[in-house]
Amino acid sequence: MSQLSLFQQPRASFSVSEINAYIRDLMESDSTLQELWVQGEISNLGRPASGHLYFTIKDAQASLRCVMWRSQAANLVYRPQNGDQVEVHGSISVYEAGGQYQLYADQIRPAGEGLLFQEYLRLKDKLEKEGLFAPERKRRIPARPGVIGIVTSLTGAALRDMLNTLQRRFPLVRVVLSPALVQGEAAPKEIKAAIERLNQYVQPDVILVGRGGGSIEDLWAFNDEGVARAVAASAAPVICGVGHETDFTIADFVADLRAPTPTAAAELATPDQAELRLDLEDLKNSLAQLMAERIQNLRWQLQTAAFELSRRSPVARLQSDRQRIDDLSRRAALALGNHARLQRIRLRGIAQQLEALNPQAVLNRGYALVTGPGGKLVKQVGDVSAGDMLRVRVSDGNIDAEVLP
Amino acid sequence: MAKETPIYELNYEQALEELEKLVLELEGGERSLEDSMGIFERGQQLAERCTALLDQADLKVQQLTGKGDLEDFQI
Repeated sequence: MSQLSLFQQPRASFSVSEINAYIRDLMESDSTLQELWVQGEISNLGRPASGHLYFTIKDAQASLRCVMWRSQAANLVYRPQNGDQVEVHGSISVYEAGGQYQLYADQIRPAGEGLLFQEYLRLKDKLEKEGLFAPERKRRIPARPGVIGIVTSLTGAALRDMLNTLQRRFPLVRVVLSPALVQGEAAPKEIKAAIERLNQYVQPDVILVGRGGGSIEDLWAFNDEGVARAVAASAAPVICGVGHETDFTIADFVADLRAPTPTAAAELATPDQAELRLDLEDLKNSLAQLMAERIQNLRWQLQTAAFELSRRSPVARLQSDRQRIDDLSRRAALALGNHARLQRIRLRGIAQQLEALNPQAVLNRGYALVTGPGGKLVKQVGDVSAGDMLRVRVSDGNIDAEVLP
Repeated sequence: MAKETPIYELNYEQALEELEKLVLELEGGERSLEDSMGIFERGQQLAERCTALLDQADLKVQQLTGKGDLEDFQI
């Protein structure tokens, strides 16, 4: 039987909610639909009080409904208008209540930027892979440059800002301008040549490459590969200050230092003279303090030396010598005294011995001592002849006598 | 002390460099009192020189021509 039976269903029917939710799930599980850029012309732009943005983008054959919630719409720098060619970024899903699929947008930008942006990303990626952005390539900016090279347009506000900043902060520096167009077709070539000329003829301590704010097209010269390579090849370190805080150019990535603005670049290149003056005060104070300490130390040394001197003065030495002499003399006297006593004892012994031998003592005992002519001692009879005159010595005197015949 | 360049011939960088060196030397404390007095006085003069240079400084701006010549640039 081929007739469709209303009462014979292969499965239960879906509710509208169910099928819309099903389609929504389907879309939201598709990675292509979840993150994409869509290009088209804006129409039916509505800005209700809620702050959300409702519009349609279309090309010749088709249209796509879009919504951007207030939170994202508030952040838009670019203000879209009906008729604008734009690129819209977001995800596609289903508005279940209306049964419509639409693009939930989180970014809108004027068309054309997309191509530039892709070129930017491609070059950024390439140079990054070459290592041109590597932190270890970044050179130190000297603390107090003697010569600063500036690459910018002679007519731009950037130059005035940079010179004013340098004059205010560090007027001791010599500035060498190497002029270059900073926007337009010739700009990349001129910027590159200006950097190279500075390195060739001046060899500045640092080079500032700057340009004031502008549209992305205005700043495009600083996304040029030739400029990027000239910055990388510069012998002098380069500070890049292009556009505003939020603009990041390729030259910024390659530069040794990125400054958010030209003024900031001039600030990063120089010390502030107010700080220099404080440093000078510090140095002067250090000198004075060191000198005061030095003198205080010397004073201490002097006091110590004076004390040492008094301790070792000749007066003290003399006193001590005198004491020593006293001491020695006492000992000498003592020693001499002892010696004399010994001598006296010995003498007494010798005297007694001598006494025993004294002829007088013999004479005292009644003996006589007879001497002949010439005082010769008479010991034998033969010592004398008749008529010789003899002297007989007895204990108390002499008796002269004659030898009888 | 070694032969000294007259203070007025020194540029900022030279004066500052010598000043910093003199402070270090005084810190070392190995010089005689007489030398130290000399260092102290010269250091004071160097500091004055730096300050005077800052006071008098007027930004010198030149323009580099395509041929590599330098010309004065009026701000």
